[in-house]
Amino acid sequence: MTPEALVIAALAIPFVGAALIPLFTNNPNARETVTLVTAALLFIIVVAIAGSLSDGAQLQAVGIDVFAGIAFAFRVEPLGMLFALVASSLWIVNSIYSIGYMRAGDEPRQTTYYVCFAIAVGSAIGIAFAQNLFTLFLFYEALTISTYPLVTHKRDAEAMRSGRLYLLLLLGTSMALLLPAIFATFALAGTLDFKAGGILAGTASGATLALLLFLYVFGIGKAAVMPVHSWLPAAMVAPTPVSALLHAVAVVKAGVFTILKVMVYVFGIDLLQELSATDIFLYVAALTVLLASLIAMTQNNLKRRLAYSTVSQLSYIVVGALLATQLGVIGGAMQIAMHAFGKITLFFCAGAIYVAAHKVEVSELDGLGRVMPITFGAFLIGALSIIGLPPFGGLWSKWFLLLGALEAQHIAILVVLVISSLLNIAYLLPIPFRGFFGTAPEGSPQATGGIQEAPLPCLIALSVTALGCLLLFFFAEPLHALAAAIPLR
Amino acid sequence: MDILFDLAERYNYAATIFLMVAGLYIVIARGNMVKKLVGLSIFQTSVYLLFIEPSKIVGGTAPIIDPDFSVYSNPLPHVLILTAIVVGVATISLGLALIVRINEAYGTIEEDEILNNGDGG
Amino acid sequence: MSSVLPHLPALQVVVPLFGAVIAAFLRRGAIAFVVALAVTWLMPVIAATMLWQVIETGPISYAMGGWEPPWGIEYRVDLLSAFVLLLVSAVAAAIMPFARQSVKLEIDESREAWFYCMYLLCLTGLLGITITGDAFNAFVFLEVSSLSSYVMIANGLDRRALLAAFQYLVMGTVGATFYVIGVGFLYLLTGSLNFVDIADRLANVGPEQFSAMVAALAFVSAGVGIKLALFPLHAWLPNAYAFAPSFATAFLAASATKVAVYLIIRLYYSVFGGAIDYAALPISEVIIVLSVAAMFIASAIAVFENNLKRMLAYSSVAQIGYVTLGIGLANQAGLTGGIAHLFNHAVMKGALFVALGCVFFRVGSCMLDEVTGLGRRMPITMAAFAIAGLGLIGTPGTVGFISKWYLAQGALDSGSWLLVFAIVASSVISVVYIGRVVEVVWFREPTSKAVIEASDPPLSMLLPLIALTAAVVYFGIETSASAGLASRAAEILTGALATGVPPPGAPQ
Repeated sequence: MTPEALVIAALAIPFVGAALIPLFTNNPNARETVTLVTAALLFIIVVAIAGSLSDGAQLQAVGIDVFAGIAFAFRVEPLGMLFALVASSLWIVNSIYSIGYMRAGDEPRQTTYYVCFAIAVGSAIGIAFAQNLFTLFLFYEALTISTYPLVTHKRDAEAMRSGRLYLLLLLGTSMALLLPAIFATFALAGTLDFKAGGILAGTASGATLALLLFLYVFGIGKAAVMPVHSWLPAAMVAPTPVSALLHAVAVVKAGVFTILKVMVYVFGIDLLQELSATDIFLYVAALTVLLASLIAMTQNNLKRRLAYSTVSQLSYIVVGALLATQLGVIGGAMQIAMHAFGKITLFFCAGAIYVAAHKVEVSELDGLGRVMPITFGAFLIGALSIIGLPPFGGLWSKWFLLLGALEAQHIAILVVLVISSLLNIAYLLPIPFRGFFGTAPEGSPQATGGIQEAPLPCLIALSVTALGCLLLFFFAEPLHALAAAIPLR
Repeated sequence: MDILFDLAERYNYAATIFLMVAGLYIVIARGNMVKKLVGLSIFQTSVYLLFIEPSKIVGGTAPIIDPDFSVYSNPLPHVLILTAIVVGVATISLGLALIVRINEAYGTIEEDEILNNGDGG
Repeated sequence: MSSVLPHLPALQVVVPLFGAVIAAFLRRGAIAFVVALAVTWLMPVIAATMLWQVIETGPISYAMGGWEPPWGIEYRVDLLSAFVLLLVSAVAAAIMPFARQSVKLEIDESREAWFYCMYLLCLTGLLGITITGDAFNAFVFLEVSSLSSYVMIANGLDRRALLAAFQYLVMGTVGATFYVIGVGFLYLLTGSLNFVDIADRLANVGPEQFSAMVAALAFVSAGVGIKLALFPLHAWLPNAYAFAPSFATAFLAASATKVAVYLIIRLYYSVFGGAIDYAALPISEVIIVLSVAAMFIASAIAVFENNLKRMLAYSSVAQIGYVTLGIGLANQAGLTGGIAHLFNHAVMKGALFVALGCVFFRVGSCMLDEVTGLGRRMPITMAAFAIAGLGLIGTPGTVGFISKWYLAQGALDSGSWLLVFAIVASSVISVVYIGRVVEVVWFREPTSKAVIEASDPPLSMLLPLIALTAAVVYFGIETSASAGLASRAAEILTGALATGVPPPGAPQ
């Protein structure tokens, strides 16, 4: 197959899978096989695309002209490649995990679940390979809509309320802020294509560009920069694999990926450096990093704590983009992958704990680690990677972000990043420590031995991602090469 | 005074405007549906006048060329209004038919009474 | 074929007119339906042929009965009218198969043939308004379409349909009469009824008669404004759409207001445009303010509507606000957006009302609280509803996005950032009212017996729905046929506008 055909195949496969899954509604084994085969195929194709890209060239896939100067078109470039690799690889693991989780919980509406999941991943791939803002926006909205049934999977009052908030905040910000921003970009630059070095340089005054920056940073609600983050903790009502999808595979990653893409290919880092307003949003993001970490410390509900941790970690990437240096961009891009692997491990563990022991509060976990050693071991690894300690992948992204802050001479940002890492330790590490070293309360199931590890598919999935965190430390070079190949000028 | 003088000079237009406004007022102010239609009819009639007045020339005849006559009225507006009258008749008869049906269905043709029964929405 | 081609403009109107007569004589619903179907499916063929001719060779002028314009009635097909003709006839053709089952259910058997007769008359009137180049002839067609639509609406199952029809009759007649008054002024000013001729002569009207010209403009604006349900003259529309038979609602929503909008575009741009410098009058401002009010207020009312047909009717009022906004902006991009939205909205609303017709066919109600959990029982219908709803919101990849994009561009060209935000912010309201329905239908368990026993309707009702829904997506990606033509039409129209001094003998 030619590389162009591969790109089209990668875009089509998840949707084909979504169309096939309902045919096997009455045969769960066949249905899950379709999901797994689709996911595996997608991953193989994305890897093949990455292979054909190894010389750093960009790949233009054909598109259709929608109207005057705006096309529905795709192009593969290093940043999108990175995101596609993350999303497609984690989809496989997440599918394995989903099978264990959904079956163990005997959840209803599993067919809808797998269909929406496939569409969501397909939308993420569309976002990754979009050649222009229009195409990206199209898939961005498709992602929001396709994940709504997942967030409201339980269909009870609380789920519906959270779903409404989810939909209204994400659709609302994207339509009221992001769309005008895209529109203004078109009006100013006359194009929506992503170009190395940006398309906005020299088109408008500083004040206009500052307004535009505002619209982009807050319009991309999926990036969850405060104060548009509240949908993320609310969406925690969803089943754990969905949380993993939101936090690691697709949704928030699509948000920060869009931010990176806009900063690098629409504004261009040179323009960002010149803009005085960049610093304002840099500090907003830095504030989000700190505040979300502080809030995370106060959360007793495990998934909510992880959600606020995500809000905080995402803003690392926004910070990386707004530092407007090559090292910052590299750090931000790598953080997409590193955080994805770390956070998905943590969510898998939280889900495994829920499935096996029906615990959702941090304070209930005392002693649980001794009966669920694999789960809590993986949790520890994920937590260490998120914190940024060796020998786990998270170190590298933090490292480059720190270097980027130094390079841009933002000492305050440097301090924020360091403090935040300390806060990460404070809210993440107590969880495995309670599990391993806490005394199980008298008469609790973990003390009486009524609890076993989660189902095998769950354990496989969380072990794989934990291993991934480890491998990303030792074999980070391909990732770094990809991030470093992002054309900045 | 000038205005009065103008009005007197163009009394036909004054009559047209009076009919127009009176008809429209009845349509808006009356709750009885038949009266509404009466108003509508008056309103439409005023338009017939609006078209006919300027096209009629005093002493003019139908535009059939004949050496005895040199002044003709404009026939086109007359034809137009003939059409408009037909349309008007159709409208009023349809409206009356609807009123009959409304009376059967609701037992009244007063708009207020129907709306007050909470059935108007 | 060559002997038929020159007479296509006449056939476009005469065929449905005769179809109506035949349908009336047949008395049997099933046969009348076949006549209506055949006629309706012929219409887009004629319209498309004429559009092709217009693109190839320029506007077509047809002298009705051999009387040369400006004395006789001229049928004039230019790019805009060909576009609207094709839009109305194509949407009607798409909806038509849906009529059989729906009409059978909702209309008394003895009246079915009459109903099709009225439908064909209405189609005649709508196509006639669009094709005629004569101001008074347009009035006659306006009344033909209106009178037949009153009858269609009055045939609704609910007794409130009678009331709605009567209210529409009163308002519609007032509107049509206002339009005639305006035409009367124009005739007094110019001695002509032919649009092109009036435009030529208006350009030479002296300044002392300027106020008469403005009065004419005001009268036709108010008159046609009622017909197109320009906020706040929309009061007749929600009840009329809510209680009319499902097929009538789908047809009228997709076509009637569109044709009224066409008429106002024709009057503003082709008739008055060459003589009145709109910059000197606050017309643009008035239209823009009313449009924005419609976009917000009508959408907000839609959010609280429990009757889904009424909800969509209010949404129609809001959507017409987008169209009139484009007219008010009066620049190339804005007008393109307005005209494109005529088409886009017709497709979306057609799909949505057909979907509701299917719901009514199966459940017997269009109240939100009585269709809880319907999604899983009627998956194709409700999926189509959701997709068309996305179009209404204006999500990219659907037709709604295209028109909003052009409108926003037009707003920007006129230097108003505020309008750009108004356009997107009002879309957010539509997220609420569409999202509310989708949530109730898809994410709740069915409660009523009617819903539990429901299933997707027969194929004859589903196919129109699927075709329209596919069009919502197709024309959101491939826009050369919709926005492309709209853009060319807008170019011609805005080119004819007077700026500053009225040009001598302004072009059509």
